[in-house]
Amino acid sequence: MKYIDEFRDQGLARQLANAIAAEAEPSRAYRLMEFCGGHTHAIFRYGVQHLMPPNLRFIHGPGCPVCVLPMARIDHAIALATQHGVTLCTYGDLMRVPASERRTLLKVKAEGADIRMIYSTQDALRIAREHPERQVVFFAIGFETTTPPTAVAIQTARAEGLANFSVFCNHVLTPPALRTILATAGPDGVRLDGILGPSHVSTLIGSRPYAFVASEFGVPVVIAGFEPLDVMQSALMLVRQINAGRCEVENQYSRAVTEDGNRKAQALVADVFRVRDRFEWRGLGFLPQSALALADDYADLDAERRFPFSLGETREIKGCECPAILRGVKQPTDCKLFGTVCTPDNPMGSCMVSSEGACAAYWSYGRFRTAAA
Amino acid sequence: MMIDRRFPVRLDLQQGTVDMSHGSGGRAMAQLIAELFQRHLHNDLLAQGNDQALFTPPPGRLVMSTDGHVISPLFFPGGDIGCLSVHGTINDVAMAGARPLYLAAGFILEEGFALRDLARIVASMADAANEAGVPVVTGDTKVVERGKGDGVFITTTGIGVVPDGILISGDRARPGDVILVSGHIGDHGVAILSQRENLGFGTAIQSDTAALHDLVAAMISAVPDIHCLRDPTRGGLATTLNELAHQSGVGMQIRESAIPVRPEVAAACELLGLDPLYVANEGKLIAICPAAQAETLLAVMRAHPKGVASAIIGEVVEDALHFVQMETDFGGSRIVDWLAGEQLPRIC
Repeated sequence: MKYIDEFRDQGLARQLANAIAAEAEPSRAYRLMEFCGGHTHAIFRYGVQHLMPPNLRFIHGPGCPVCVLPMARIDHAIALATQHGVTLCTYGDLMRVPASERRTLLKVKAEGADIRMIYSTQDALRIAREHPERQVVFFAIGFETTTPPTAVAIQTARAEGLANFSVFCNHVLTPPALRTILATAGPDGVRLDGILGPSHVSTLIGSRPYAFVASEFGVPVVIAGFEPLDVMQSALMLVRQINAGRCEVENQYSRAVTEDGNRKAQALVADVFRVRDRFEWRGLGFLPQSALALADDYADLDAERRFPFSLGETREIKGCECPAILRGVKQPTDCKLFGTVCTPDNPMGSCMVSSEGACAAYWSYGRFRTAAA
Repeated sequence: MMIDRRFPVRLDLQQGTVDMSHGSGGRAMAQLIAELFQRHLHNDLLAQGNDQALFTPPPGRLVMSTDGHVISPLFFPGGDIGCLSVHGTINDVAMAGARPLYLAAGFILEEGFALRDLARIVASMADAANEAGVPVVTGDTKVVERGKGDGVFITTTGIGVVPDGILISGDRARPGDVILVSGHIGDHGVAILSQRENLGFGTAIQSDTAALHDLVAAMISAVPDIHCLRDPTRGGLATTLNELAHQSGVGMQIRESAIPVRPEVAAACELLGLDPLYVANEGKLIAICPAAQAETLLAVMRAHPKGVASAIIGEVVEDALHFVQMETDFGGSRIVDWLAGEQLPRIC
């Protein structure tokens, strides 16, 4: 495949692996956190960790939108479908995420709730147009990358006067999560020597918002593409920064990311959304200014306002280490549930659900190494 | 066609639809069978007109297999539910090394389903059965209310006879054996996907749906000691290899670069976030045989029209954990796991 194979070339991979092995100083530890689930997936699918020297370790970050969604929000979505009887449109990944009392959207659908798996916001709009008698709610999740399509859907619904359409907004922001992870590093957290910065998120927000990582926390950042060679080249760039004592935001993914990002998309998002005062992240707790809600101008399309709902208390599954795994403090294999009662076929924690989750990646691609060890 | 006095008014195969009376057991059902099913699927055994087909089996060991088909959409590039339901069961029978003899077909029709579409589907079944030389000799029709089905579901059952000296079974893979695949993987799943209303993308990819018993016959005549045969349908190549590894108590080592995948299938999978290893096939088989016969088997497969792109993709190894591992194009190594969850519902 043109424009794909070039980024998966075995010869180049070997050259990069040799360069990293030659330049990584044996006395140092290189603990590099890849922020995004897309990176995690590439590292496992292509066996990138295997090509690294033993003192360079990838620590899997929280950048998997399914994994960081707190149980309470899934409970809320289930309530929309069961108590308010709406048609809930959701991406397939969310169907199996466990909510309170081990309910899932998949189970609730089997019990009769009207839940539709969709592939884009356009599908949700189409369902709303075709069923004017139904209340259709789009379950919006994701980091900055998936926010503009939701904004377009909201504007489209407004323009068309689609009165039966609304959005249950769970969009979250990358920089606040990164700040929390760095701020809690220390005795309770994990020491990080470098960050592989998000690729697709950065096409939207640009490279500038990461400046605080270098300036306030003294940790170098390289914005890294999602192909395996991108990840390896970014690791080499981080090794060089660490060796030289430099601490900068560098951009490996220059074929898509600029300093300023996509200003048109930013303006669109600013028009449709506002930043919430606080929002709960699975594993990270309530973070200030870390998520989006619909702006007041679009309040009529906000499912949270249209279908008021009060939440009971939600409780994490006992023994589930997802919160610590999401902060990079623990590895999936440190969790007692991993591979015993929690597998991709029967996930207990969110990290086991999405293919971008660290536990699912460990299970699907990496467990033979664990077994061999 | 002779005028049947029972049915002075012919079925309207242009505008007509299935109604509840077509499953009632009465005259309307008899007419549907006579004017639609028997018209296309006619053969001596079906013409006996009984609730069962009576025949004398040839000597030897018999195999029997059954397969339900619920695919959506019913018509797709390269085939439809009719030919698929014939191919699917013939292949299940053939994967024992058997020569398929007869098929039975059960139809569950939804009230309101267009008779024109039903006729198209049954004609396609008949063509597939004729081409394969495996007649549908008995059948059943039921009708469910509108909204309780999805047009038509078809269950087919097949029986076949296994030649003497052939023992093919999923538990016979041994360390050192070689793993072959009969052609490009992932075509069927991607062809179906391209037709889903919410994913419509232009593609020339056709389903590979095909009956493989003639390919199997050529293979076992050249290499009678084939250990395993299986068609990688739902769950794709990856899941089928895991099934075989588990059943035989062995591991497998495969090479990504050796697995045939059409560039357009690879591109569609890339775009949709799917892995071709997990995408369904309906006209491919996996064969496992002793290393000494692998090249002979490969040559026979490649010489057959349904195995032109066959390839050796790896070896059976000893592994107490029964893992399937793959050397990636990138130079790394990874486990190839069972399919988890549902990559794609209602693919066959």
